[in-house]
Amino acid sequence: MDWLTILTTTVHAAIGWEAVVYGLAAIGVNIHFGYTGLLNFGQAAFMAVAGYGLAVMITVFNAPFWVGIAVGLAGAVLLALVLGAPTLRLRADYLAIVTIAAAEIIRLIFRSVYFKDIFGGSDGRRGFNADFYAMNPYPPGHYGIGPFGFNERTMWLLTVGWSVVLLSCLVVYLLMKSPWGRVLKAIREDEDAVRSLGKNVFAYKMQSLVLGGVIGCFGGFFYGLYNGSVQPDVFGTEMTFFAYTIVILGGAARVFGPVVGAMIFWVLFVFIGNLLAELVANGYIPFMTSIQVGPIRYALVGLGFILLLVYRPQGIFGDKREIAIDAR
Amino acid sequence: MTYKGAPLRRAVIAFTAFLGGLIFLLASPAGAAADGEGLRGTLRLQGQPVNGVKIVVTTEDGQPVKEVTTDAKGQWEVPVPKAGKYKVTLDVKTLPPNAQIRGGNPVRTPTVYEGNVSTVLFALEPKAAAGQQPADSSDGGQFWRRAAQLTFEGFNLGLIIALAALGLSLIYGTTGLTNFAHGELVTLGAVVAWFFNTGIFGLAGMPLIPAAILAVIVCGAFGYLQDRLFWGKLRKRGTGVIAMMIISIGVAILLRNLIQFFFGPQTESFTEYNAQAGITVGPITAAPKNFWAMGIELAVLIIVGLALLKTRTGKAARAVADNPALAASSGINVDRVIRIIWTVGGAIAALAGVMLGLSQFLKFTMGQDILLLVFAGVTLGGLGTAFGALVGSLVVGVFIQVSTLWVPPELKSVGALAVLIIVLLFRPQGILGRRERIG
Amino acid sequence: MRDDTMTTSPKKAAALAAFKDLPREPGVPKPDPILIADNVVRRFGGLTAVNVEHVEIQRGSITALIGPNGAGKTTFFNQLTGFDHADSGEWTFNGRKMNGLPAHKVARAGMVRTFQLTKALSKLTVMENMRLGAQGQKGESFFRALVPNLWRGQEDEITARAEELLERFKLDAKREDFAGSLSGGQRKLLEMARALMVKPELVMLDEPMAGVNPALTQSLLGHVKDLREQGMTVLFVEHDMDMVRDISDWVIVMAQGAIIAEGPPDAIMSDERVIDAYLGAHHDAPLSEEELQAQLHEAEAALEAEAEEETAK
Repeated sequence: MDWLTILTTTVHAAIGWEAVVYGLAAIGVNIHFGYTGLLNFGQAAFMAVAGYGLAVMITVFNAPFWVGIAVGLAGAVLLALVLGAPTLRLRADYLAIVTIAAAEIIRLIFRSVYFKDIFGGSDGRRGFNADFYAMNPYPPGHYGIGPFGFNERTMWLLTVGWSVVLLSCLVVYLLMKSPWGRVLKAIREDEDAVRSLGKNVFAYKMQSLVLGGVIGCFGGFFYGLYNGSVQPDVFGTEMTFFAYTIVILGGAARVFGPVVGAMIFWVLFVFIGNLLAELVANGYIPFMTSIQVGPIRYALVGLGFILLLVYRPQGIFGDKREIAIDAR
Repeated sequence: MTYKGAPLRRAVIAFTAFLGGLIFLLASPAGAAADGEGLRGTLRLQGQPVNGVKIVVTTEDGQPVKEVTTDAKGQWEVPVPKAGKYKVTLDVKTLPPNAQIRGGNPVRTPTVYEGNVSTVLFALEPKAAAGQQPADSSDGGQFWRRAAQLTFEGFNLGLIIALAALGLSLIYGTTGLTNFAHGELVTLGAVVAWFFNTGIFGLAGMPLIPAAILAVIVCGAFGYLQDRLFWGKLRKRGTGVIAMMIISIGVAILLRNLIQFFFGPQTESFTEYNAQAGITVGPITAAPKNFWAMGIELAVLIIVGLALLKTRTGKAARAVADNPALAASSGINVDRVIRIIWTVGGAIAALAGVMLGLSQFLKFTMGQDILLLVFAGVTLGGLGTAFGALVGSLVVGVFIQVSTLWVPPELKSVGALAVLIIVLLFRPQGILGRRERIG
Repeated sequence: MRDDTMTTSPKKAAALAAFKDLPREPGVPKPDPILIADNVVRRFGGLTAVNVEHVEIQRGSITALIGPNGAGKTTFFNQLTGFDHADSGEWTFNGRKMNGLPAHKVARAGMVRTFQLTKALSKLTVMENMRLGAQGQKGESFFRALVPNLWRGQEDEITARAEELLERFKLDAKREDFAGSLSGGQRKLLEMARALMVKPELVMLDEPMAGVNPALTQSLLGHVKDLREQGMTVLFVEHDMDMVRDISDWVIVMAQGAIIAEGPPDAIMSDERVIDAYLGAHHDAPLSEEELQAQLHEAEAALEAEAEEETAK
C-alpha cells in the first residue's frame, strides 16, 4: 500500500484544480438552484461553451488569449439567454429537461465529425494555454512542503483560480445580502407572490441564470487551461451532477457552501478512488478488478448524494430552516 | 475507448498517478495512440456509421493484440506494440442484420510502419434477400424509398421510446416525479436479459425469449421494490417533487455505475437474432426481428392502454393522476395504485431495453442515451398525459430517423432535442396537453 | 337596528352616499369608478368560466364580489390582476388600459392582490417579506446591489415603514421570525401588510377570511375597514354572506361567469335573482346540468391549480 501517494493526492485534491473548477461550477449552480430555485441541469454546457470558446478562438482562429476569454464569456451569456427565454416562464421541471437536453446538444455538436474542423471531434482541442502560462510570475520550481506541493505552472493556475473563486464568493455575498438577492430568494419560495408585489420575475430569473452561468463558465476556462485541452465528453451530465452534489454537500444557499463542498467532495472522491485502487491492486478485494474501481467510485457518489438529500438536505453547514431543497 | 466520461475518468485516474507535470501528457486523450503505432478504421453502411461491430486484431502468427468494437461514429482504433504485419478480423456476427462485407472476406492483413497508424478498410454493403437486388435508376425513387425505409426505422425507434415514455409518464402522472433514473430501468432490462441469455451464476445461457421474459419480471419486481422501499417512503416523509427529482439523478448515477460494475464498459449483443437476412415489404427492407419487435411493442402498448381505459386499476390510476387527494377520499388505495404503476413502468421499461438491445447493441449508457429522447417524446406529447407520451414518442422516433436524409446521422438526436426546445417555445403544453396544466 | 351614526366613519359615509341612489342593476355606472371592465371572457375548453359584460368599482369603497362556488369569481380576479389571460375584453384602472399587462405591471400600477391560499414566503423572515413589497428599490437592480452604499439609505426608510405597518398589524414581535412559523391568520395579516408596502390604490383580497380562526376574523375585518379609512379602495372575493354584510359598502353578485346583480349588502340578500342563483343553488333548486358542469370544472381547475402550485415549487 502506497500510503504516501494516497495522502499527497488527497491533500492536493482539496486545493487543486478540481476543487477550483468544480467549486466555480457549484457556485453557479448555487445561484441558480440554491438561491433562485432554478433547476439548471446543463451547467456543464456553460463550462463547455467557455472552454471551447477559448480553445477554438486560439487554435483555429489564432486569436489573442483575451479574445478567447471574451468569446467564452459571451458564449455563456448567450447560452443563458437562449435557454432561459423559452423556459423561465414555465414550470421548474421544464427548465430541467431543456437545460439537460441543451447540454447534450452542445456536447454532440462539439464531438461531431461534421464540425471536426472547428471543434476537433471527440479529441477536442488542445494547445491553447501557452499565453496563460506566459503570464506566470512564478519562477520554475517546486512550491510546497515535502511531498505536498505544486510546480510553478500549477501554482499559477491555482493562484488565479482561487482568486476567481474568492471574487465570485464576494459577489454572491454582496448580492445575496442586497434587495436583489431578496427578490431571488422570494422567487424560490413562491413566484406568484413576488409577481403580485410588482417584481418582474422573468427578468430576475434570467439575471440569475446568466450570472450563475458566467461564474460556472470560469470553471470551463480553468479546466481547459489546466489540462491544456478540452474534450466534449468531459462536459457530460456527470459534471453537472457533481456540481449539484457539491452544492448540497456544502449547503445550498450558503455563500461558501459550494467551495467547502468542492473541497470535501474531491478529498473524498480522490481518497476513496485511490484507496480502492490500492486495495484492489494489492489483492485485498479479490472480487474486484482495477477497471471496476471507476464505476464503484461513481456509484458511491450517487449513493452519497441520495443519502445526503434524504437525511441531511441542508448539507454539512446549511440551515435547515432556510434551504431550497424541501421547500415543499 | 470513447465511452461516455472516459476522458474525465482517465484524467482522474491520471491524477491519481500525479507526479509533477507528467499528468499533462497522460490526461490528453489522443496521446496514447497517436504517438505510437496503431490500426484504425471506420465502418459505414450507406454513409451511416455502423457501431457495435467487433474487430479482432492479432499479430501475424495469431497472438491476440486486442479486441474492440466500433463506436457511435463507426470508428475503431487499436494501438499495436510495434511496427509489423497484423491480422484484422471483423466479426461478421456483430454486423447489423442488413449489412454484409463487400467481397465477403472478413480478414485483412495490413502492415503497420514505424510511428504510423494504418487505416484498415472494410467496405460494407446492404444485404438484400436473394434476388431482391435494389436496382433503382431514378434518384427520386431512391429518395422516397429511403424516406420510407427511414420512416419504418423511425417507427421502430419510436415504439421503443414509447414503451419507456409510457412508464415515465405514468409515474409522473401518479406521483409527480420526473424520474431521471428511468433510463437505467431500460438499461437494466437489457442487461438482465443479456445475463440470462449468456449465462449467469453458473447457469447456462437460455434462449433470448425466455431470458427477456425473465428480465421483464425481474425489472417489474425491481420497480415494485423501488417504490416499496424507497420512493414510497420518501412520499410518506413528505419529500417535495423537486427534491425527489434531484434524488432520482443520484439514483440514476448509482444504478448506471452499478450496472457498469457488473456489465463492464464494453458493448455487447444478445447471442441470438444477430444476423438475420432482411425481408422486403414494399419499399422497406428489415430483419424479421424488427417486425416481430414492433409487433410485440405495439401489442404491449395497446394492452397497457386498454388496461388504463377499461380495468378498475387503470381507472384508479387515471383518477390518481388527475387528483390524488380526491382519489384517496373516494376510496382508492393510492399507494397500491402507485405501486402497480411502478411495477408496470419497470416491466415495460425493461421490455424497451431488450428491444433496444435487439435493434442496436447493449451498453451501460444505453438507457441514459435514450432517456433524453424519452423526455422529448413525453414533453412533446404533454407532460403527464399517457396517450400524449405515445404520440410524442412516435413523432420523435420518426423525426430522428427521417431527419438523417438531411442531417448527418451523428447529429440526428440534436435535431430532435432542438425541436423539443422549439416546441416548448410555442406550445409548452405539448401536442396533446392542456394549456392549464402547465401553470 | 343599531345606531349607525356612532360607528359610521366619514369615509364609510362617503362611500355609502356615493352608492345611495344607484339602481341595483348589473353593470350600473358608478359616480367615480377606479376600475372599469368590459366584455371580459374566459373559456376553458367549451365552458365559459367568465363572461362579464360591464362592471365598475367605486373609488374609496369596499366592494364585495360574491357568488356560488364555480361562479368564476377567482378566475375573473386572476384575469384582472394579470395572473390569467382573458380570451377577450378590456379593463381600465384609473383610466389606464390594463388588459394584457403582466401581473407585475398590474401591481406596479397600484392594483395589488392577495391570494386565497396564503403566499407568505415562509423561508424569509417577516421583515424580509415586508421589505420585498416596497417599490422602486435601488438595490433591486443587479449592479447597484453590488454597492451597498447605494441602497442602504433607502433600505432604512423601507424598514421604518415596514415596522410601522407591522406594529399596526400586531406582527412587530415576530419581525425576525421566519414567515413559515406564523399561524394561518398571522400569515393572512402578513400578506395584507406586505401588499400595503406596495402602496396600492386598489387592494384586491381573494377570500381574506378563508381558513382563518374565528377569533382572528374580527381583527382581520377591522384591518380591511381600515384600508378604506386610509383612502384605499378594496375589492374582495368572498362567499360567506355574513362577512359581506358586515363590511362591504356594495356587493356584486356573479353566477355562471356573469354578473347577475349589484346592490347594497342589505338589499342584495332579498334580490330575487340572487336568491335564485346563489342561495337557490345551495338550498332549493337542484343543480342544472350546466351548473353542475361549471361547478365541477371550477373545482377541478382550482384543485389542479393547487396541484400545479405544489409541483411548481
